[in-house]
Parts: sequence; C-alpha cells; structure tokens
Amino acid sequence: MAARIVQEFTKGFWKEIAPLRFALGICPALAVSTKVESALGMGFAVVFVLCLSNGLVSLVRHIVPDKVRIAVFISIIATAVVIVELVMQAYFYPLFLVLGIWIPLIVVNCIVLGRAEAFARKNPIGLSLSDGLGMGLGFTVSLVVIASIREVLGSGTWLGIPVFPADYPGFGFLLRPPGAFVIFGLLLASMNVISRRIEKRNA
Amino acid sequence: MQDYLLMIVAAVFINNIVLIRFMGNCPLVGVTSSMESAFGMGAAVVFVTTLAGTACWIVQRLVLEPLGIEYLQTLVFILIIASLVQFVEIVLQKTAPPLYRTLGIYLPLITTNCMVFGSSILNIKQDHTFMQTLVFSLASAVGFSLVLVFMAGLRERMEAAGKVPAALCGVPITLITAGMMGLSFAGLLGMAK
Repeated sequence: MAARIVQEFTKGFWKEIAPLRFALGICPALAVSTKVESALGMGFAVVFVLCLSNGLVSLVRHIVPDKVRIAVFISIIATAVVIVELVMQAYFYPLFLVLGIWIPLIVVNCIVLGRAEAFARKNPIGLSLSDGLGMGLGFTVSLVVIASIREVLGSGTWLGIPVFPADYPGFGFLLRPPGAFVIFGLLLASMNVISRRIEKRNA
Repeated sequence: MQDYLLMIVAAVFINNIVLIRFMGNCPLVGVTSSMESAFGMGAAVVFVTTLAGTACWIVQRLVLEPLGIEYLQTLVFILIIASLVQFVEIVLQKTAPPLYRTLGIYLPLITTNCMVFGSSILNIKQDHTFMQTLVFSLASAVGFSLVLVFMAGLRERMEAAGKVPAALCGVPITLITAGMMGLSFAGLLGMAK
C-alpha cells in the first residue's frame, strides 16, 4: 500500500506531468508565468484545490449516481476554489491581486476535473490524496520552470534576485503573451526529444 | 455607438481572449486539427458565451449583489454555465437536429472552457452595463473563433507541406504558431484600450 501511494505521488513529476505531457491546464501555465513568485503562488493554490477536491470526490464516490457526477464534481471543485479565494484575499492580498482572475479560473482548469474523473472517483482516499498532491506539485514544477526561463531571460532576475549585471537590457518579448506561447512550445519540443532519447536507451 | 465599435475591435483583436488573455487554450490545441471541427467549436462557443455572459450578469446584479453574497460568484457562475450548456444541448436536440449534429459533440466540452467562465467574470470585473456585457461576450467569442479557424487553416497547410521536424509535431508547433499569430495581433496595440 505504501509503495502504491509513493508511486501515485511520483508519477505526477515526470511520467504524467500534466501541462507538459498532456497539454492540460496550459492557460494558467502561460498566464501567470511572467514571475517565479506568481507561478509558485498559483501552483500552491492548485495543489490545495486538487487535494481537497480529490479527497472529497473520493469520499462521496459510492453515493453519487453516475449520471450527475460531473455536476457534483464541479460543485465540489468550485467550493474548494472559493475557500482558496477567500483565504488568499485575507492573508496573501498582494499575491491575490497579481493572480487576479486566474484564481476563480482554477474551477475550469482541466487538470482538477480530469483527476476527479479519471482517478479520485475510482480510488480510496489515501491514494486520491497522494495523486492530487503529486499532480499539483508536478503542475507547480512545470509552472516554475517556465517562469524561471521567462523571468531570468526577460527581466534578468529570479524570484526577484538579480542574476545578470544591472545593465542587462532584458529580453522583453518573453514577458509578453506571444513569448509565453513560443517558450512553452519549445519546452514541449525539448521534452519530446529527451523522452525519445530515454526510450531509445532503454530499448 | 463609437464606444461599442471600439469595444468590439478591442475584444476581437487587441485583447484577443485566446492569444493575449490566454483563455481557451485547450480547444486551441485540441480541436484545430481540421477546419470543420474548428468551425463547429467556434459556433458553439459564440452561442454559449453570449448566453452565459448575459445570464451571469443578470444573476450577479439581481441576486448576488442585493443579497450581499458576491463571494459565491465562482460557484454560482460555474453552475449557471454548466446548466445552461445542458439546457442548450436539450433544446437543440429537440428543435434543430441538423444544428445539433454539427455542434453537439462540442457542447459538453464548453463547460470546462475557461473562455466562457473567464469572459463572464471579466464582465463583472470591468463593471459593464447590460448592453456592454452583451457586446463584449459576443466579441470575445468571435475573437476566439477567429483564432481557432486561422489556426486550423495554418495547421492543415503545415500538415500538407510535411516539413515540421518530428520533435515539434502536434502541440509544440501549434503553440509556437499561436505565438507568431499573437505577435501579428500585437501589431494593432494602441488602437483602442
């Protein structure tokens, strides 16, 4: 059992890392990745929502009729998101302002509903929680990777700490919306190349 | 009148909801492999977004605000959208079977399309009047469909040319193309807010 929990947890980081493998949840990954700080904030908000929704969905999995399950799942997810929204507004107000509309939009993040539908409704609560935690942290990692590239090259800092000499002009294109698309595309392409290399070595 | 025209231009091109505001990227990747599905999805989204945007606006102004329960916005809006999509699906199935056959498979996907939900929230955030809500929702959705159709056209051509490197095939090249498209849309920047 313990081994299974660890396995469900770690698959979220490489084998099934959501935004990079399945192109799920790319909207927030593109939108809040101009700074590492906001990427971390968004990542943790999603971790919390995923754990809570996966846990609750797994608890009610035997009582919810199949026909109305999507409506029930969405209500559970929306409740979790409202909690995050209120907590952030109370305790992390600057972050709340930076993330803005993207906090309520966690409701329609395909990863959250996807995990409820594909995993939590078929598995006991322990496994569901570890799946949610792993998937959420995997999402956070991919956000931070994209944000690091954009922040370091775009404004010459990482988490607000200067990396390049003060006269670094900054590659402004990366901070603009089109830059996000291009960086994300190139990142996916390099993931493809790496996993193909690994497959070849194992074959 | 001029205000509305500016709003339309801004929502369709300058602040395009897909390329500049990053909403609805899943269908941008998912349904643009053929022109036909891009059209179907686009039409379904225009229909639902306009309905959902106005419905959410009415509920916000007439129910949530008088009762002082604005914090339930997220929960209420998503339920409105989900039930609206279901309702549209049933109505189309009964009254317009040919239209249902074209749009039917895209309707369930729309519930979790962040573009519908996002534009409903933007209407409230930007304090739109009822008419502005109507115009803004419609224009955002048209902007979304425009990008989807452009992308499908480009992807069909790229596929036909067959010169895309193996590592870039599929999602990566779609995203990079979206970036290039965003750059050309950004050329209109400054024409309206």
